Amino acid sequence: MSTVLAPAAITGHRIRPLAHWHDRLGQGLLVAVCAVLVVFLLAPLFMILVKSVEDRNGAFVGLLQFREYLATPSLRQSISNTVWVALAVTAITIPLAFTFAYALTRSCMPGKGMFRVIALTPILAPSLLSAISFIQWFGNQGVLKALLGGKQVYGPLGIIISSVYATFPHALMIVLTALLLADGRLYEAAESLGTRTLRKFLTITLPGAKYGLVSAAMVVFSYTVSDFGIPKIIGGNFNVLAVDIYKQVIGQQNFNRGAVVSLLLLLPVVFAFVVDWIMQGKQQSQFSARAVPYAPKPKTWFDTLMFAYCVVVCLLLLAVLGMAIYTSFIKLWPYDKSFSLRHYTFGLVDGGVIVSFFNSLKMALLTAVVGTMLIFGAAYLVEKTRGMNTLRALFRLLAAIPMAVPGMVLGLGYILFFNHPDNPLNWLYHGMTILVLSTIIHYYTSSHLTAVTALKALDNEFEAVSASLKVPFYKTFFRVTVPVCLPAILDIGRYLFVNAMVTISAVVFLYSPQTQLASVAILSLDEAGEIGPAAAMATLIVAASTTVCILYAVITRLLLARTQAWRKPVTR
Amino acid sequence: MPQAESTGNPYLKLAGVRKTFGRFTALEEIALAIDRGELVTFLGPSGCGKTTLLRIIAGLETQDRGVIVQDGRDISRLPAIDRDYGIVFQSYALFPNLTIFDNVAYGLVNRRKGQDEIKRRVVELLKLIGLPNEAPKYPGQLSGGQQQRIALARALAMAPGLLLLDEPLSALDALERLRLRGEIRSLQRRLGVTTIMVTHDQEEALSMADRVVVMNRGSIEQIGTPQQIYREPASAFVADFVGKVNVLSAVAEGAGRFRIGNLVLDCASCDAGIAPGTAVKLYLRPEDVVVDGAATLPNRARSQVTKIEFLGAFCLVTVTVSGAEGQPLLINISRHDTDEMALSEGSTLDVALPPECMRVLA
Repeated sequence: MSTVLAPAAITGHRIRPLAHWHDRLGQGLLVAVCAVLVVFLLAPLFMILVKSVEDRNGAFVGLLQFREYLATPSLRQSISNTVWVALAVTAITIPLAFTFAYALTRSCMPGKGMFRVIALTPILAPSLLSAISFIQWFGNQGVLKALLGGKQVYGPLGIIISSVYATFPHALMIVLTALLLADGRLYEAAESLGTRTLRKFLTITLPGAKYGLVSAAMVVFSYTVSDFGIPKIIGGNFNVLAVDIYKQVIGQQNFNRGAVVSLLLLLPVVFAFVVDWIMQGKQQSQFSARAVPYAPKPKTWFDTLMFAYCVVVCLLLLAVLGMAIYTSFIKLWPYDKSFSLRHYTFGLVDGGVIVSFFNSLKMALLTAVVGTMLIFGAAYLVEKTRGMNTLRALFRLLAAIPMAVPGMVLGLGYILFFNHPDNPLNWLYHGMTILVLSTIIHYYTSSHLTAVTALKALDNEFEAVSASLKVPFYKTFFRVTVPVCLPAILDIGRYLFVNAMVTISAVVFLYSPQTQLASVAILSLDEAGEIGPAAAMATLIVAASTTVCILYAVITRLLLARTQAWRKPVTR
Repeated sequence: MPQAESTGNPYLKLAGVRKTFGRFTALEEIALAIDRGELVTFLGPSGCGKTTLLRIIAGLETQDRGVIVQDGRDISRLPAIDRDYGIVFQSYALFPNLTIFDNVAYGLVNRRKGQDEIKRRVVELLKLIGLPNEAPKYPGQLSGGQQQRIALARALAMAPGLLLLDEPLSALDALERLRLRGEIRSLQRRLGVTTIMVTHDQEEALSMADRVVVMNRGSIEQIGTPQQIYREPASAFVADFVGKVNVLSAVAEGAGRFRIGNLVLDCASCDAGIAPGTAVKLYLRPEDVVVDGAATLPNRARSQVTKIEFLGAFCLVTVTVSGAEGQPLLINISRHDTDEMALSEGSTLDVALPPECMRVLA
């Protein structure tokens, strides 16, 4: 076929497409969101690395700080303390959560919905709440102190039971998802071959839930290692890394030592993160799209057993939450158990501490609104716009990092980076903005994954169709993408709000007297021995989070009913 | 009758188009000219580059090299949004949260046309595709075939100069596919819109196209009318890929004679000066083998039926030709003739291989 086109045009260099200003806008925004993660995640982490090899005067000392740290027996002790406590918590929580999830998915017991809701309540409370509650139950003046047989709850025991309470819902959600994904056809095939129950469990159920179990174990392990609130309140003299950082930074103002401990704390969490990451990749190929959900059949003895187990677990969970709430409403534990609002009125309002609750509300709302917009918008840009593929890959990597960074480490990085006198962003330090930003970054990964999952479910060609109809991508974003992804967007907002209400680890380094948060207030009230007001504050947080969750449920239902009629195909 | 070659003034012209993904060469030296109002199909197995080529024409991918000219305008480097085309994807890509009306009106609204004008246009389009009453529904409430029609209406809404169809029918069931095939073709004829359709279904390609572009491994194997593609395949690949064909290994003996085992066939018309002794392949469609009155025809032979496969209107009969026992021959025989000749496995059958239907490819 002959053409009249100039050969130079054919044989010349690689064609460079002309970019429409829409493309440039998308790419510019992508650069901007990458910049946000670089400044608010990478730079602070980098500062920790720098500080860990410097002395107090800023001179390079290599690994001297590490050697000094490891030479101190009490500090070295906290490494092994941290690891074995986290291992113990994992070993207890995972079987508990697995049995609970098994009961919810494989039995025909009644009340599954209620059990599920109760099992997830610990998420609504700051981790400090469980520690306070266990002190009330088993502490020096605890109701059930006798049960411990002379052992102290202050120390590893308290940390372990409090952490089991706090991590239970996180593990449950992951294992539950894994069990729900099971393919009913496998069980039918096994039954037709006359397979015994135990064999079915060992050959189908466990292998199917394997990756979920590993993932849950890693989450529980990381949570326990990173958590600062529980060991601070109930740990007594038992040293763990997260508290060490706090002591070094707040107590001794030794930022370099803090940086060293941060890096040590980072190690196990990064390890868990990498294991989980590998497992996630394997899990994706495991389930076929044609899997049929498993439908359990009633079995009286099994269902009764499972029901009893769930009742016991839920009662225990409610006992923890209930004790904290109860403590907030009585005069003085354990001497005067009459009902009173004095912890709220006298302890919080008159003491002016209540301001921190409103700060928390404000912070959580800002985090939810700004964070959802940032995270969903960034996920959209990364998944649905074109060009700059290297930057896209970089962003995906950056978005995965926060999961592997304990809050204490992030918080310390923020101090080092933003409090630096030469940093032009220095003005952010001690403001509300930095609290909001640090919280968004801290909880970035999960929210990002939720957004990406929702976006990937959309047809890949929406943007191509829009371009062919000469409609700019941002119009399609607002007219199609956002409405279709609304459930995921609301879910991200709720997740950020609830976590912002309870978070303490990153923000404990970043608040100012004007921006003190409720969770930090609990800590200082507890330090001052004001356990009643501390419990009252924890109760307020639970109340706020619960309200938001109920609001979320109502709004989602109303919104879906009103604007998303298209989700329910009318049978023709 | 459509033409094999484009006229002097094509609507869309591609020259030297090349595309690589890393080390993989997806397209190599693609040259193509499409006339105004033509329906051209890109036909080929998956991975042959046909969809990549369509996406390059749409500006959804960028070629490494090469020039694309549409209606006299060089669009090689233009972003998708600045090109002039409507596109329909295999997945339809209808916006699920918008009504059928809003889907079809999607591009019109952005053009800031008046409400009345938009409404008139949407009603007109919905009537055109035969779904005038579905405007208030959502895509999820329509069948696959209806959704595909809506996608077509949306692509046509802006009256584009070029319509691109990416495997538009492959997600539909067989009956719906047949019906839509005819509908799209007649709609395209009526509107006279230049259309490119990508498909891996040869029947679809042959039945709908003015011209077929057969692609394989990133290159164009042949461009021609459906008749040419079927009757005069330019390469072994085309002969194999389009329709069923007997491929017989033979040796050229010169003077238009070819030997298969002990059988010598005459095919003067397909001897393009092949040197004697050259190993060649003879191509013959199963329906071109003559069984009725074969005794008086050239290239006749006796054969024995080894298998009869009932296909409805036709039977696909496998025979062993005496003299060429190693190479079974497939023959299409109508069910009626099969009954009349009382064919069964083991019966003998006189066959003739008409020289005018045979093609020799080295």
